[in-house]
Amino acid sequence: MSGMVERRGIGVWLTHAGLVLGIAIICFPIYIAFVASTVDQAALVTPPMPLVPGGHFLDNYHEALFVGANAPVWLMLANSMVMALGITVGKIAISIISAYAIVYFRFRFRMVFFWMIFLTLMLPVEVRIVPTYEVAAGLGLLNSYTGLILPLIASATATFLFRQLFLTIPDELVEAARVDGAGPVRFFIDILLPMSRTNIAALFVILFIYGWNQYLWPLLVTTDPSMNTIVMGIKQMLPTGDEVVEWPVVMATAMLAMLPPVLVVIFMQNLFVKGLVESEK
Amino acid sequence: MADITLKDIRKSYGRTEVIHGIDAHVEDGEFIVIVGPSGCGKSTLLRMVAGLETVTGGEVSIGDRVVNDLEPRERDIAMVFQNYALYPHMSVFDNMAYGLKIANVPKEEIRARVTEAARMLELEPYLDRKPRQLSGGQRQRVAMGRAIVRKPAVFLFDEPLSNLDAKLRVQMRLEIKALQRRLGVTAVYVTHDQVEAMTLADRMIVMNAGVAEQIGAPLEVYANPQTLFVAGFIGSPPMNVLRTEVRDGTAVVGGGYEVRGRDLATGSVIGVRPEHVNLVAAGAGLFDATVDFCEPLGAETLVHTRTDAGDSLVVRIDGEAVFPSTGDRVGLIADPVRLLAFDAAGRRIASLADLSP
Repeated sequence: MSGMVERRGIGVWLTHAGLVLGIAIICFPIYIAFVASTVDQAALVTPPMPLVPGGHFLDNYHEALFVGANAPVWLMLANSMVMALGITVGKIAISIISAYAIVYFRFRFRMVFFWMIFLTLMLPVEVRIVPTYEVAAGLGLLNSYTGLILPLIASATATFLFRQLFLTIPDELVEAARVDGAGPVRFFIDILLPMSRTNIAALFVILFIYGWNQYLWPLLVTTDPSMNTIVMGIKQMLPTGDEVVEWPVVMATAMLAMLPPVLVVIFMQNLFVKGLVESEK
Repeated sequence: MADITLKDIRKSYGRTEVIHGIDAHVEDGEFIVIVGPSGCGKSTLLRMVAGLETVTGGEVSIGDRVVNDLEPRERDIAMVFQNYALYPHMSVFDNMAYGLKIANVPKEEIRARVTEAARMLELEPYLDRKPRQLSGGQRQRVAMGRAIVRKPAVFLFDEPLSNLDAKLRVQMRLEIKALQRRLGVTAVYVTHDQVEAMTLADRMIVMNAGVAEQIGAPLEVYANPQTLFVAGFIGSPPMNVLRTEVRDGTAVVGGGYEVRGRDLATGSVIGVRPEHVNLVAAGAGLFDATVDFCEPLGAETLVHTRTDAGDSLVVRIDGEAVFPSTGDRVGLIADPVRLLAFDAAGRRIASLADLSP
């Protein structure tokens, strides 16, 4: 039935042992971070490091969320959320529309546009960050959500992905829609969008994490602590000079920063897999 | 309800002309089948009627409107596609209702029309299912239902049965015919399968290489093919084709039979249907041949022979008759009326009976 090799006896134990070991290696640092976020500063700085959670969970998280170092963590989480959602929704919307144009409309220089979009794949944010900063600054976008989102909103990868998806949709379906009387907009909304929903879900997961994890760009474009995002905010919490680092609070912040992407993966993965099973082309 | 008129229809892709001027008229309520081998331009012709391809030259009229520049939705047509082209994310009901929804037909009426079509096509239990949960035959029915609910003036079918297995194809063929009769809607049906064409058509257009070789009722086309191509394409097994050889001014076929026709020039050929040839004892027929092999099919047996001139010739005999074995020498006879003559360019000359003095 399936191509899997059936294992019995010692084989089962060996494979499971391997998996458990792998998971343990990956999870241990996260566990340490969690433990560190539940003890007080004194317990953390005196060796050996504690390996069981302490009793300061609520204190630390409360302090992180509502006091923080430069800005309260809830504000940075909100900023990150706005940025990540803005980037994700924007990227999906823009790329699905450009892919629609490139695949279904015959206009002059169609392929030129396609290759121009494709070429930008080779230019990650870091390469063009100085000119981008210059432009953003010139437009007065520093310390604003627009400035955080807009420069990251175009996506060649997603455009390419949607293009490939649209190319697999049979021409007859397009023609059937034409005979049924659906114009370009109706076809897009009624046929193409629903047929792309699994890809949209997959891209949402990937792009949300991409947006959430942005570090360099927010670091450049936001100087006002109230506009800081969580990922760069963690770094900002580490003081320069002689101040004492509140490690438990920093760790609590790290745990909180990890939470949204994890939730997105858990919930969207459900939808994504369900969509995959249901889809048919 | 409407008739369709095609006036000198041409289609070019760039500089290559693929359809070279087709004239045809489809009567109101008629079932017309366009048949031809793949690449002959039959689908392109249909798609020009549908409005899915632009017309390079000529005029397509549906009813009394010239529709050359109209969008498919403005032509009052419905089309059934080869791969069904159902919207995979919509239920059967929504698939059928989609065109009506776009046309802003009131909800009550959509429901009534879809239910009616579903009843007609025995799709009622499946209205809530998605296309992928249906079998090929059911999907085909949904595609037809989608066409029916629109109440179009013209049905267009683009090889709708090619994706079905043989048994289902026969059944659906009958259903399509019955449905078209019942609704009385003009239908244009494209297929490469000559059996489908023969059984469905009121009249058929036999196409080859962008040209309509012959337009006529199926039996008329079968009995009187106007070109060698039609003779070979319609009928299974195809018409036998015998080369002629001119000896001392007389055309000879099969290495022995002297055709007494006066006008048979070098290069002309004689066509004869397998059922119009009979086996007799060697030496007793028009000419002799050697049996290559026999195919007993039950109701009939196909005897494959080779004439002394080297042409292969298939004879269809009764399934219960004793058939010869490989290597046997047999004589062949045929009524001269049944021998059709074609000139070197493949055009029909006349039956030999007309030529005989």
